[in-house]
Amino acid sequence: MDQQQALQEYLLRLGDSALILGQRLCELCGKAPAVEEEMALMNVALDLVGQARNWYEYAAELENQGRSADDLAYLRDAHEYRNLLLVEQPNGNYAVTMARQFFYDAWHYFTLKALVESSDERLAGIAAKALKEVTYHLRRSSEWVKRLGDGTEESHAKMQEAVELLWRFTGELTSTDEVEKQLATAGLAPNEEQLACDWQGLVEAVLSEATLELQPEDAWMYKGGKQGEHTEHLGYILAEMQFLPRAYPDAKIW
Amino acid sequence: MYAQLVETGVKKIKSLEEMTPEERNFQEKVDAEVKIEPKNWMPDAYRKTLVRQISQHAHSEVVGMLPEGNWVTRAPTLKRKLQLMAKIQDEAGHGLYLYSAMETLGADRDEEIEKLHQGKAKYSSIFNYPTLNWADMGTVGWLVDGAAIVNQVVLQRTSYGPYSRAMIRICKEESFHQRQGYQILLDLMREGTEEQKQMVQDSINRFWWPSLMMFGPSDDQSPNSQQSMAWKIKRKSNDELRQMFIDQTVPQLEFLGCTAPDPDLKWNEETGHYDFGEIDWQEFYEVLKGNGPCNQERIATRKKAIDEGTWVRQAAKAYAEKQQQKQQSAA
Ligand SMILES: [Fe+2]
Ligand SMILES: [Fe+2]
Ligand SMILES: [Fe+2]
Repeated sequence: MDQQQALQEYLLRLGDSALILGQRLCELCGKAPAVEEEMALMNVALDLVGQARNWYEYAAELENQGRSADDLAYLRDAHEYRNLLLVEQPNGNYAVTMARQFFYDAWHYFTLKALVESSDERLAGIAAKALKEVTYHLRRSSEWVKRLGDGTEESHAKMQEAVELLWRFTGELTSTDEVEKQLATAGLAPNEEQLACDWQGLVEAVLSEATLELQPEDAWMYKGGKQGEHTEHLGYILAEMQFLPRAYPDAKIW
Repeated sequence: MYAQLVETGVKKIKSLEEMTPEERNFQEKVDAEVKIEPKNWMPDAYRKTLVRQISQHAHSEVVGMLPEGNWVTRAPTLKRKLQLMAKIQDEAGHGLYLYSAMETLGADRDEEIEKLHQGKAKYSSIFNYPTLNWADMGTVGWLVDGAAIVNQVVLQRTSYGPYSRAMIRICKEESFHQRQGYQILLDLMREGTEEQKQMVQDSINRFWWPSLMMFGPSDDQSPNSQQSMAWKIKRKSNDELRQMFIDQTVPQLEFLGCTAPDPDLKWNEETGHYDFGEIDWQEFYEVLKGNGPCNQERIATRKKAIDEGTWVRQAAKAYAEKQQQKQQSAA
């Protein structure tokens, strides 16, 4: 794989994770625990889908095959999606929603922080804009993990369960494959050790402040999302999200 | 608009002579277009009516997120998805802003929401209709936000200060929603396939009459209007507003190249207004009573969200108290 192909692949990973999590948050519309949360969830989702569009536009330009950002979002099947397994997991209760958000935000934050320094200007520019938004996302989800973890007995139990439920999908966040290693060497993607160390450090700090138990270091981790091997959930997400362009392939405009 | 039928609890409007000095002072301020502020004295019935009106309006903003939320996961392009998400976020903001205005009257948000869930508080009948195709996201913006604006533009001058200011802020965003909704329809009609154009016409057919119902009962059936007008919390009659809406909307409808499902709709040279057919008032009152196509689902969804969120809100409260205690013991 040459460097440009690797970069295209990486842009899809960034875009797909943002889009799929944004889509999951859209599912919560009208169902949040308070009106303030309706606003905040939609705000985060809006940021993520906007970021996905930016990554796709760049990927489509590099690809130069006449595919648009919309084509990438709406006309790829599950095995072509490159999102993290974590973000396709169902919303569950609010503890699950927030644990998922926090694990992702922490990864997203440190990833973008590294990308801002990237040698590719376009990449660095998109990352810089996203980093402002994600700094807020991370602050918000960290707060919620602490609130629920150190709130009531009931919320503590639910948050602990959520952490245990989702932990197996977090290994993928900090372990890199050939694509990412290649880009890291070229200064286009974060360095694996640094990212893992930052993510681990923050997650441990927030979980312990939230009085939550950390998970065993040797816990088994599920991987494959970044390479296109997903859980059963993604197919349904795409079926819903892509319904209109798939049902009306002749439509040129919406 | 979003408050179609607001009880005032007043049987007969008092003349200035019949009023107590306080009431008289209040009414003279209202007559002179001086805004009433939270700390000012106000008649109990005025306060209660406003709480009902503003809470109906706030509930409508929040319930109104559901028919749009129904399509946000299926928006057909990234651009349309982002637009719809931004609109829904605005509506949640309107809800919050209005609940705050309502709380300046001494009402409690949770209590009013509880009334909604018990079926004791109203919200706009329009949100009890289903959104069945994508074009509905255009039609809702164009007709529903459009009808809301016609009402809310006059409410910018409403006598209660916080409500008036909320309306000024909200109207700006609603106008944006309306234009955006219309653009969806216009794009589909201009460059869409036959199937897409049919979506638009089908959508207008379904939303036309319910949008006209948003202005509430006809004037001869609106016993509460007169008192609300005297208090200047209502500034134009239902029928006047409905006519304004029709007059501004029909040319836009024609520009789309679509039709309204009303054979009696035609321009009247003499009156300078559009004539239109009789609204199905039985349907209107049935929807208001809870018998619309989606009443049960809408309330059930809202109730479930708040009920299932109870432990979350309790945790947030408990956490905040713990943090406060920590701070105090540190100090
Ligand atoms: Fe934002
Ligand atoms: Fe609104
Ligand atoms: Fe609106």
